[in-house]
Amino acid sequence: MVDLAPPADLVADDSARRIASPLPLTESFATRVALILVALFFLMVFLILPLVVVFAEALRQGIGAYGAALIEPNAVAAIELTLLTALIVVPLNAAFGIAAAWAITKFNFPGKNLLITLIDLPFSVSPVIGGMVFVLLFGAQGLFGPLLTAHGIKIVFAIPGIVIATLFVTLPFVARELIPLMQKQGTQQEEAALMLGASGWQTLWRVTLPNIKWSLLYGILLCNGRAIGEFGAVAVVSGHIIGLTNTMPLQVEVLYNDYAFAAAFAVASLLTLMALATLALKTWLEWRAGTPVARTRL
Amino acid sequence: MAVHALWQRSVIPGFGLTLGITLSYLGLIVIIPLCVMFFKAADAGWAKFLAELTSPRTLAAFRVSFGIAFLAAFINAIFGFIVAWVIVRYDFPGRRFVDSLIDLPFALPTAVAGIALTSLYSVHGWLGAPLAAIGITAAFTPLGILIALVFVGLPFVVRTVEPVLLDFDRELEESAAMLGASRTSILFRVVFPPLLPALMTGFTLAFARAIGEYGSVIFIAGNIPGYSEIVPLLIVIKLEQFDYAGATVIATMMLVASFILLLAINLLQAWTRRRQGG
Amino acid sequence: MRDPYCKAKGWAIPALLSLLVSAAQADTTLLNASYDPTRRFYSVFNQAFAALWKAERGEKVSIYQSHTGSGAQARSVSFGLEADVVTLALAYDIDAIAQRAGLLPKDWQERLPDNSAPYTSTIVFLVRKGNPKQIRDWSDLVKDGVGIVTPNPKTSGGARWNHLAAWGYALRISGNDENRARDFIARLYRNAPVLDTGARGATITFTRRDIGDVLIAWENEALLVTNEVSPGAFEVVVPSTSILAEPPVAVVDKVVDRRGTREVAEAYLKFLYSAEGQDLAGRFFFRPRQARAMDKFRDRFVKLELMTIDQFGGWAQAQKVHFTDDGIFDQIQRPGARQ
Repeated sequence: MVDLAPPADLVADDSARRIASPLPLTESFATRVALILVALFFLMVFLILPLVVVFAEALRQGIGAYGAALIEPNAVAAIELTLLTALIVVPLNAAFGIAAAWAITKFNFPGKNLLITLIDLPFSVSPVIGGMVFVLLFGAQGLFGPLLTAHGIKIVFAIPGIVIATLFVTLPFVARELIPLMQKQGTQQEEAALMLGASGWQTLWRVTLPNIKWSLLYGILLCNGRAIGEFGAVAVVSGHIIGLTNTMPLQVEVLYNDYAFAAAFAVASLLTLMALATLALKTWLEWRAGTPVARTRL
Repeated sequence: MAVHALWQRSVIPGFGLTLGITLSYLGLIVIIPLCVMFFKAADAGWAKFLAELTSPRTLAAFRVSFGIAFLAAFINAIFGFIVAWVIVRYDFPGRRFVDSLIDLPFALPTAVAGIALTSLYSVHGWLGAPLAAIGITAAFTPLGILIALVFVGLPFVVRTVEPVLLDFDRELEESAAMLGASRTSILFRVVFPPLLPALMTGFTLAFARAIGEYGSVIFIAGNIPGYSEIVPLLIVIKLEQFDYAGATVIATMMLVASFILLLAINLLQAWTRRRQGG
Repeated sequence: MRDPYCKAKGWAIPALLSLLVSAAQADTTLLNASYDPTRRFYSVFNQAFAALWKAERGEKVSIYQSHTGSGAQARSVSFGLEADVVTLALAYDIDAIAQRAGLLPKDWQERLPDNSAPYTSTIVFLVRKGNPKQIRDWSDLVKDGVGIVTPNPKTSGGARWNHLAAWGYALRISGNDENRARDFIARLYRNAPVLDTGARGATITFTRRDIGDVLIAWENEALLVTNEVSPGAFEVVVPSTSILAEPPVAVVDKVVDRRGTREVAEAYLKFLYSAEGQDLAGRFFFRPRQARAMDKFRDRFVKLELMTIDQFGGWAQAQKVHFTDDGIFDQIQRPGARQ
């Protein structure tokens, strides 16, 4: 750090001492090294090693077994279901996020804070509860159970249940990213556009969205990551039908419980690669946006 | 420009549409299902509620879930702070890489974290073997739960402290230094106090996340009732037994307890902020 | 004016279309709702049956499996899991589906030979290498300091067979004294730190999580561990007496009639009784019914004295006395009762 000892002619009498030794603007070298090592050790143990062990275990039986585990029909079905779920859930929650952020940040109305708290609810509720509430609603013994059975509609123990449970769990992600940013941006640009004759949709499309572009993408990225990786909520509503209602995380559990450890880690490694891709994209987004996007809220 | 009515008439259109979409979506996906759960719990009757409330197994599960989550969040507060400090204040090779890796627990599916941590800390694992050599069993004990919860809460403290640290006005430090304060004194009297609210926010977020965590814990926990069984697992077991009443009662208890704790922490935080005149 | 939701629709339509297309192309599918330890067996069995069906009928059939504790599975099916066939751990669970949900007739068990149980099994002990706690028989399980792993009778079929085998032993050594048997069972559960949902869960708890000294397990599950999963790390101990477990199978009438899969479902179950099916059962450590298959695998099965469910008055009676709400299991679990 820069030494800020003031010039000699401006200081008081004991300035000699001060010029001789620099101001304590940073910790001692030893302290710094120690802290860095502590931080790195902590991260090594808790972040790096788990990452490495996933791939080490996946490849334990060789690359052939690794490949075989990934093209095995049940694994493929799980991958397809996971991607399908993400494909449905992410756009819906993104649309919701934009609508909610628009309503909350462009207008004033009573109960706004309550609304924000409600949107945050799925974030603070255990995912198991997130799955359970839909079993209570749509299970055969649930509120709509008899109605659904009468019409032959399956929600719980079938794919729609998995989609809805994932929708619940990932609901806040996009909204949470957009709201603080749009609050900071205010309404001036939109009002200007409207004064100039743009319609509401045009304003949204041409003025607002470009302004929130990076936060939106970031929120979509987080939403996607969580949708792919959700376990607790989906475990509760899934029918445990291997090859049909198993997402990738559930398939990992099934393989693990059938002593097929290398195969379980193989599927897990695929999920890990997706997570790492998410992190890489996030870093790229932050670089493009110029500022750390995530710094406003988590 | 503003009309002082209950609903501020704005020149911006779309209020009805967006609020309508927001409320119906939120209502359908979050509010109504949660309400159904509360009604079902209420339906169970007071007798069932009290029975669950006083059941030794349920109480033990709450002790495990909340107690270990608290400890994990505390550990994350300490080490997360150090990590944030080191990343913001110092420069070292690999700093950028480390910074981008912090979000890994946030992006990694919990089931993957679960089996990875179990493999690491089991008796034959890379970290479990040395620990076993000194007599510590990590996997399938509450220590395993602690490790898993530290993992999932790791990014929260780092990411809430980092921006505050980045925005921190170095001139305050410099002024204090010029006035003759030692480094330790500067750190504890000038730098840390404004960071405390952010630290508490991070702690709260990590705590809340750890309480409800399921996927990464059930693989590494022993799941022994009364000893290493977490509340979400207890809920799942009740569901598997089709004891919906018991499951909803426990879930409600969990939400109420979380709410009270988070409220307490938020109040503490507000008090801390006020004390600093901030 | 461009519709901002145009892009969203653009994604959704191909996704939905591909779903529809794959549904239309769906050849026959069957869902087999089974109990916990049969995963590997049915994985191979399903492939064999699919090959047979293709060869004989030229049709492709895809068979999906669901595995969890037998009791939990029965409830799932009663509450809407659309299983074409159920292959559960004990007759009562299928009876429950018939009674509770009316999905199949009450006389389902007579429709297939051997009480609709194409293979049998029994209950044995799995111990760690060297048998450090010297477990030889049921009475060793109730000693102080012995950790037992057994699943939860409320959800698992295997757990209920375990419970009844222990009960039967206790009655025998106490001269049919029910109070002493009750005490025996209470001490047994007191030594059990955790009750998993299903038999496979219990096996994992014992073998992976290193919990307990002895696992009370299906014979086929124990042999799977010692022969394939972790040979050398565990040993099978056969008690002096055990119970004849007859896991039954059945077609779920209402479901197959609605889905039009009756023919293939019935052929699927019949295949269990065929020479190939029996051979597969033996390969996966079940005791085949057919003499020829049994001969082939004779040396892996220990001959022991087996009680039958009839000694307990049949499953309906046994379930009512032991496992329903406030039955013997519940009574033992109450705090204070376990002294």
